[in-house]
Amino acid sequence: MSWGLESVSVVFGDTIALEEVSLQARAGDIAVVVGGDGAGKTTLCRALVGLDEVASGAVSRPPRTGFQPETSGVWGDLTVAENLQFVAGAYDIDPGRAGRRITELLEVTQLVDARDRLGRELSGGMRQKLGVTMAVLSDPDLLVLDEPTTGLDPVSRVELWSFIALAAREGRAVVVTTAYVDEAARASTVLALDEGSVLAEGTVAAVVEAMPGRVYQSLVAGGVNSWRRGESWRVWSPDGSVPLGGIATVPDLSDVVTVAALAREATR
Amino acid sequence: MTVIEAHHLTRHFDGLTAVDGLSFGVGAGEIVGLLGANGAGKTTTMRMLLGLLAPSSGTANLLGEPALRADRRLMGYVPQGLGLYRDLTVSENLRFVAGAFGVDPPSLETAGLGHVANRRIGEIPLGTRRQVAFVAARCHNPPVLILDEPTSGVGPLGRARLWETIHRTAESGTAILVSTHYMEEAGECERVVVMAAGREVVSGSVSEIVGGALSVAITGEVAEGAFERLRDEGGTVLVDGRGWRVVGLDAAAVSDAAGPGATVLVVPASFEETFVSLST
Repeated sequence: MSWGLESVSVVFGDTIALEEVSLQARAGDIAVVVGGDGAGKTTLCRALVGLDEVASGAVSRPPRTGFQPETSGVWGDLTVAENLQFVAGAYDIDPGRAGRRITELLEVTQLVDARDRLGRELSGGMRQKLGVTMAVLSDPDLLVLDEPTTGLDPVSRVELWSFIALAAREGRAVVVTTAYVDEAARASTVLALDEGSVLAEGTVAAVVEAMPGRVYQSLVAGGVNSWRRGESWRVWSPDGSVPLGGIATVPDLSDVVTVAALAREATR
Repeated sequence: MTVIEAHHLTRHFDGLTAVDGLSFGVGAGEIVGLLGANGAGKTTTMRMLLGLLAPSSGTANLLGEPALRADRRLMGYVPQGLGLYRDLTVSENLRFVAGAFGVDPPSLETAGLGHVANRRIGEIPLGTRRQVAFVAARCHNPPVLILDEPTSGVGPLGRARLWETIHRTAESGTAILVSTHYMEEAGECERVVVMAAGREVVSGSVSEIVGGALSVAITGEVAEGAFERLRDEGGTVLVDGRGWRVVGLDAAAVSDAAGPGATVLVVPASFEETFVSLST
């Protein structure tokens, strides 16, 4: 099964927040949406779960959809267990079944010892794990997570990603937004957004394959189509010709997204 | 020459230790990164170096002397909130900052910002706003620059452009301390100090930290329950496209858990994987 957006636009007043964006979320896969602030990530999530109205295009989602908003969705004045019980109640889950599922999820996320701690006393990593647990509790077919890893330390990030991978392994379609390109590189499919429209989309391999021209590594800058990466420069050559001193390099996702942004800039 | 020097730097707030015995130095022309999660103590460290906050113990030195507020002239600072006036235009903001330091406003053309000179800060994209804050922080040509998450929220191209500017500034001899929570930006710094709960976890260049560390990649058909088994045996499992990577277990153990249908390969570890194996 798959769900998602088909050529969806979302408009707020005279601002186009999302312009003809398509996204396919397949059962068992993780689709990652990557972009900076204002790229349209939150609007995409809200359109997908039905919180924002779309101006055009089609949205499909299963009856059971789990959503974690950017703010984590955790209530600060409730304990970890109370947060989960509240969600179980809202979804009208049988109390016996909810209790078993809560215990199981707390074990997987290693939140068992934090059961009686208040939401606002949790570290960033624990709060985000609880947020994802709350979104997963109703056993949704589609799980939508808005920037669950922003600002987390690497260990919490990895733990959270493990848990997200497990949710996908259980057969759910998972959509995750992030500002980190390295996280997108781990996804089944990637959608790179910039100012509400698509920069690149597909599997990581396909996105890299589809990049126009070639990318070279160089010790010197090569004009507007070059950018710094650590000690050396990357130079994008739209027609593939070798720049002076350039060494051909296999582009990674970060290079490809940068190239897409350069190509867009050139058309303006 | 060491321009910035933190020595056993410590700061307590009402029973909470935000920075705990941190020592590091930044030389002229060097870019040093403070890496860590929100709440790791990066901003508190920067505020002590800026003389905005007194250390509870230890020292924060600037050009060999304790950092004081009066040393602001020696430092350029870009706070997380950027410190620009949203209702003023780009050129008005720069004139205001230059006026405060008693210097001539910097050229917007040279900085590649001529096209937004008369736009209000609130109207321009975040990446451009961050460029403006950077130009403002450098207008009095300070020997030290302190940048608190300068690329946060900026798309990949905007980030590459910002780093280009940061590198160019360092090459002119400025000592730069930059904080970030993007692990992938560690490679932009000569050295990084990775912080957690106010303390140094590890420091050095990325290649020193990664060294010859290895991790294990799994592709193909993975046995039922492998994920749980790898975790139970103490491995940390990372998703990688449709496959996984495992830190903390050797290839034989991974192969055993993954089953006969899976392909297991030993690969060089990434910076993030190395960091995870150091911390768990």
